[in-house]
Amino acid sequence: MKVKDILSHEFTLVAGEGGIEKEVSNVYVCDLLSFVMSHVKSGSAWVTIQTHVNVIAVAVMTDISCIIICEGEKLDENAKEKADEENIPVIAFNGSSFEAAVKLSEMIK
Amino acid sequence: MKFYYDLHIHSSLSPCADDDMTPNNIVNMALIKGLDVISLTDHNSTKNVEAVHELCRQKGIKFIPGIEVQTKEEVHVLCYFFDILDCLNFGEMIYNSLDCVKNNKYLFGNQLIMDKDDNIVDEAEKLLLSSSSFSVDEIFRMMDGIGAAVPAHIDRTSYSIISNLGFIPDISNLKTVEVSSSLIANRIVDECIKKYKRLTSSDAHHLGHISERVNCFDLDDLNMVVDWMCK
Repeated sequence: MKVKDILSHEFTLVAGEGGIEKEVSNVYVCDLLSFVMSHVKSGSAWVTIQTHVNVIAVAVMTDISCIIICEGEKLDENAKEKADEENIPVIAFNGSSFEAAVKLSEMIK
Repeated sequence: MKFYYDLHIHSSLSPCADDDMTPNNIVNMALIKGLDVISLTDHNSTKNVEAVHELCRQKGIKFIPGIEVQTKEEVHVLCYFFDILDCLNFGEMIYNSLDCVKNNKYLFGNQLIMDKDDNIVDEAEKLLLSSSSFSVDEIFRMMDGIGAAVPAHIDRTSYSIISNLGFIPDISNLKTVEVSSSLIANRIVDECIKKYKRLTSSDAHHLGHISERVNCFDLDDLNMVVDWMCK
């Protein structure tokens, strides 16, 4: 599955369009960035509520395919710029992290 | 000249602090310990700052008005002000931004507001252990020009800028960090500390935990402490 296959009316792209051809092989849910840095597998779709610019840096460092921001939280403006620059797709989702993970799990089967 | 400090002290207003962290007990303990400068940094409120400020003035200890803000990323940031009025306004803004979750004193403890004679004059209604609506970046922007913002206990595994944001973001007015007195050394913390000036305070929630005369500034003028943290 590619990042672009996730996009729908529920999962809307808010930044990083240049990266939507990336392959998604896994889903990872966590909000503590230090923990994500040491535990996430590359190629993951990362589900979080954090919106700070450091989220993009962590995604670049760990080779994450895309970031899914849940609960309708808005990405910070400088994070949006950084995501576009680094081609890290950021996707907004209004439901909870659990709901996002369930939907992604069905898609990835 | 060396000035001994403890710039991270909680009063009876913080639910997690003892009720006997009254303004008089804090200031008298600081005197006993031989401290030259202290700050009061309650969680998300400045309602006891005036009482401690007045007692410090009477007893000849330098007081720095302060607060420990919890940002929306659950990072604790200590804010120190040049001017007490800026501190009180800032504290009001932070408190107003908290979610309307009421404190449950049986679960979390009392949030007592006191006057300079240790009379309980009010209690903070909203739970002070929740997050403000402001991000780390916003807090640093808001502090620009009115004081110094210092990420608290950056070596801890919770409520710290490193644990919650992975590393210290590049912020132009972030010059000083606080590390715990029992510094838990690790590679990331070691790397981060190198770039910044460093403070170690007690984070006292109990009277006995207020710092001994161990941590000091080497400055010409005691009034330059907040400037030192900003530069």
